[in-house]
Amino acid sequence: MRRETVHAWLLLTPALALLVAFTHWPAVATLWDSLSSTPRGARPAHWVGLANFAALMDDPVFFQALWNNFIYAIATIPVSVVLALAMALAVNRAIPGRAALRMAFFLPTMLPMIAIANIWLFFYTPDYGLLDQVLGALGFGRHNWLGDPALALPSLIAVAVWKEAGFFMIFYLAALQSLPPVLREAGALEGASDWYYLRRVTLPLLMPTTLFVLVNAVVNAFRLVDHVVVMTHGGPDNATNLLLYYIYETGFRFMDTATAAALTVVLLVILGALAGFQFGVLGRRVYYR
Amino acid sequence: MLGRRALLGALPVLAAPAIVRAQTAQSLTFYYPIAVGGPLQAVMDGYCADYKKETGVTVNPVYAGNYGDALTKAQTAIKAGQGPHFAVLLAAEMHSLQDADILVSLDEIGLDADGKKWVDSFYPAFMANSHVGGKTWSVPFQRSTLIAYYNKQAFSEAGLDPEAFPKDWAGMSKAAQTLTKQDGSGRVTRWGIKIAGDLGNAQWTFGALANQVGQKLMNEAGTETYFDAPKTVEALTYWRDLAPRGTPPGISAWPVLSPDFLEGNTAIIWHTTGNLTNLRGKAKFPFGVAGVPGKDSPHTVVGGGNLYFFKHASAAERTASLRFAQWISAPERAADWSIKTGYIASSPAAYDTPALKQYVAGFPAAAVARDFLPVATGELSTFENQRIQKVLTDQIQAVLNGQKEPGPALADAQRESTRVLRQFL
Amino acid sequence: MKTNWVLTAASWLLGFLWVMPLLYALWAAIHPSEYATHLSLLAPWTGHNFAVAWAAAPFPRYLLNTFILVTLVLVAQFVLCTPAAYAFARMRFPGREVVFAIVLLQLMVMPDVLLVANYTSLAHLGLVDSILGIALPYLGSAFGIFLLRQTFRQVPQELDDAARLEGSGLLAIIWRVYVPLARPTYVAYGLVSVSYHWNNFLWPLIVTNSVSTRPLTVGLSVFASTDQGVDWSVISAATLMTSAPLLLAFLLFQRQFVQSFMRAGIR
Repeated sequence: MRRETVHAWLLLTPALALLVAFTHWPAVATLWDSLSSTPRGARPAHWVGLANFAALMDDPVFFQALWNNFIYAIATIPVSVVLALAMALAVNRAIPGRAALRMAFFLPTMLPMIAIANIWLFFYTPDYGLLDQVLGALGFGRHNWLGDPALALPSLIAVAVWKEAGFFMIFYLAALQSLPPVLREAGALEGASDWYYLRRVTLPLLMPTTLFVLVNAVVNAFRLVDHVVVMTHGGPDNATNLLLYYIYETGFRFMDTATAAALTVVLLVILGALAGFQFGVLGRRVYYR
Repeated sequence: MLGRRALLGALPVLAAPAIVRAQTAQSLTFYYPIAVGGPLQAVMDGYCADYKKETGVTVNPVYAGNYGDALTKAQTAIKAGQGPHFAVLLAAEMHSLQDADILVSLDEIGLDADGKKWVDSFYPAFMANSHVGGKTWSVPFQRSTLIAYYNKQAFSEAGLDPEAFPKDWAGMSKAAQTLTKQDGSGRVTRWGIKIAGDLGNAQWTFGALANQVGQKLMNEAGTETYFDAPKTVEALTYWRDLAPRGTPPGISAWPVLSPDFLEGNTAIIWHTTGNLTNLRGKAKFPFGVAGVPGKDSPHTVVGGGNLYFFKHASAAERTASLRFAQWISAPERAADWSIKTGYIASSPAAYDTPALKQYVAGFPAAAVARDFLPVATGELSTFENQRIQKVLTDQIQAVLNGQKEPGPALADAQRESTRVLRQFL
Repeated sequence: MKTNWVLTAASWLLGFLWVMPLLYALWAAIHPSEYATHLSLLAPWTGHNFAVAWAAAPFPRYLLNTFILVTLVLVAQFVLCTPAAYAFARMRFPGREVVFAIVLLQLMVMPDVLLVANYTSLAHLGLVDSILGIALPYLGSAFGIFLLRQTFRQVPQELDDAARLEGSGLLAIIWRVYVPLARPTYVAYGLVSVSYHWNNFLWPLIVTNSVSTRPLTVGLSVFASTDQGVDWSVISAATLMTSAPLLLAFLLFQRQFVQSFMRAGIR
């Protein structure tokens, strides 16, 4: 079977080469960079061991970004996935105006995050933005949605959920539509309530979709920071600083590539651990038959 | 593999760098920190077209967003060997850019007698961030001071004299409180004043506030900061205490100050003089321009962008860049630029041109910013400038949001900036 | 029936909440600036904001750049991922499982998080500020390989064998047997890929330095980041304008997309 091996590698190589060159190699290079100092002007990089990581341990902004990202993830992931499922269930039924509703849910997904951020910036404007106008009419006071540390991160989370839920809905919808209708009929014959049917039949059958959606949601929670760039720059006082934004800020605004590399290593470790968890623990049951 | 070969075949076409590097210096690229589509873009495009007509040299401005964005772009691109030949960047970035070792001094490019005269023709206040080690590293282009814009209608309505803008802190606070208006339900419909506290702007505004009590934020060399000085604390305390009756609690962001002002949502804003022409064109009410106050008397801060020249350009490109800089900062053009934007013309000679004289005569507000130059201090400018800016801004924001007291917050800022700057002492 | 009525109302409420920010942007875009924040039925309509936005920035150029970018990425991903997916799905060779696991790693560790190192690589290749430079890190796609592999594995082995007996080569078999049968997967994957790269921002922001390479997203951010103060109406107009092509495409092909997702087995 030598020939098959050669052929297989010929087929694999182009994709594999690019994949390794822009994912695996930079990951390794990042690890290496994180152990050197930042080259600046006339001072070249030199080996510093774990000094960059030690500096991170002294950096309150790093811990805040880490914490923010944790909050951001555990808020956006479940909310957007549950909403996506609810949306899919809603528009999977014969409901008046189904097409329009589907459209409404899906629209935000098609818009670039950067465009969405612009729209929501307007929406969130204190005093005369729509949100404050509506709340004002209901008798509530003024909110500085993006300027108040207590509200800024939740405000960004709302934007992310708004954008992502519709995307995940499509996957659930596709899954729901491919469930055999016989199941539903059988359930109805046995007098199963909607809720019981959903819990005992639909949800288990949707498990692979849920896992797939979860992987996407987790990745996005760490990958998508466009709205931070546009709406808050990580402020106020780092209340909305997320890991990847902090990496961008450190690497490209402060031009401190070594610290950025150390931060990236931390992010890689987190993602690696999550990947291990998802594929190892959750995935074994649902992915590979 | 077919796919790969096709891809490699396409490489040269797709990879052709967008900016073809000038062989002879017939074509120059520079980064300019404004938003694409702003009114300033048209003005700048016009200058470049004129220059092309006059000299045959093409100058391509790349509009790169705000100051922070443009700085990031320029440094990142230069690192990849693709940067512009010159750029307008924040004057306060000089120490950082020097440290990055990407600048070339005007002396090295070569200044003849005329050139030296040109360098000496600018307002000295605008050259404050240009000299290091006996060399000149930049020349002023779009320079500004922080000034106050106020809604005269709101002043009259609140029973204040629209021709007498407060000159001291006490007066300022009182005016702000008087101007704040609530509706029946207690909801504020107009704030007295708004000051920018967002990243990239808070440190500028705060520079003015510190100067208003006679405190500098850093030393000339850019290696030390004075964030925890008692007077610095006093300045931040004053800012914080404007809320909640004169200004909304928390952070107001720079980009929405103008819309807020135009909307009537706030009666006063502290903003750049570079916004004058824009507001003049859009305001539907009579507005006034005044120097920002001080604890006892008005004091402000200078800001804005200088022209920097980059080391990686060829000798011919450097010379050509310098020539363009001389052309665009000539008095007539500086005057025109000032009229079209509101920025302070960079040299006294510009104010002697008939065009600007006439304009100022008809619109005295246009000279306000310049008149306050003598009481202006330099913007926060240190090594690792972006980082120090953020260190200070983070703490300012914590105080404005009521999470920290000014004293401890600024002590934290000082500790962090000392740590960052230690290596440059 | 009572629960259904409640569910329907709840669905509609959610739907309304979902489009409200967009409707607000639309409101601002089609009315003069002074009405942007005053909802009034008497507000006059105008196309002025769109005209201003269109004239103010080189949006046609940005649109072209984005179009080239997504096309380049899509074609390259199809061409590269198809043979790799086939190798994983149907060929036996030592180390297959290990290599596949290495590929799958990219599902979690996407190039997006490796900004600094990838920028350095691009600089070495001299590809900074080029559309190829924006695309390059995404061309070898683990998601594409994974998806196509799953689909290819469901193709009956007999079809493969039959084509082999007719004397078809490997590439011919892939092209004639597998690709046609996997069409829904290509459509679904194509949709995901196009919307991803149409909307991608941070990486293109870092890589591009000029109008001739900036995609729409970066162009829009440079347009909107103004120190002179934002004009919400014009920004809303620009935002809607730049999103329109993709929205329109989705409106037209909505049904096909959902169906291809269904048939592709992305679920």
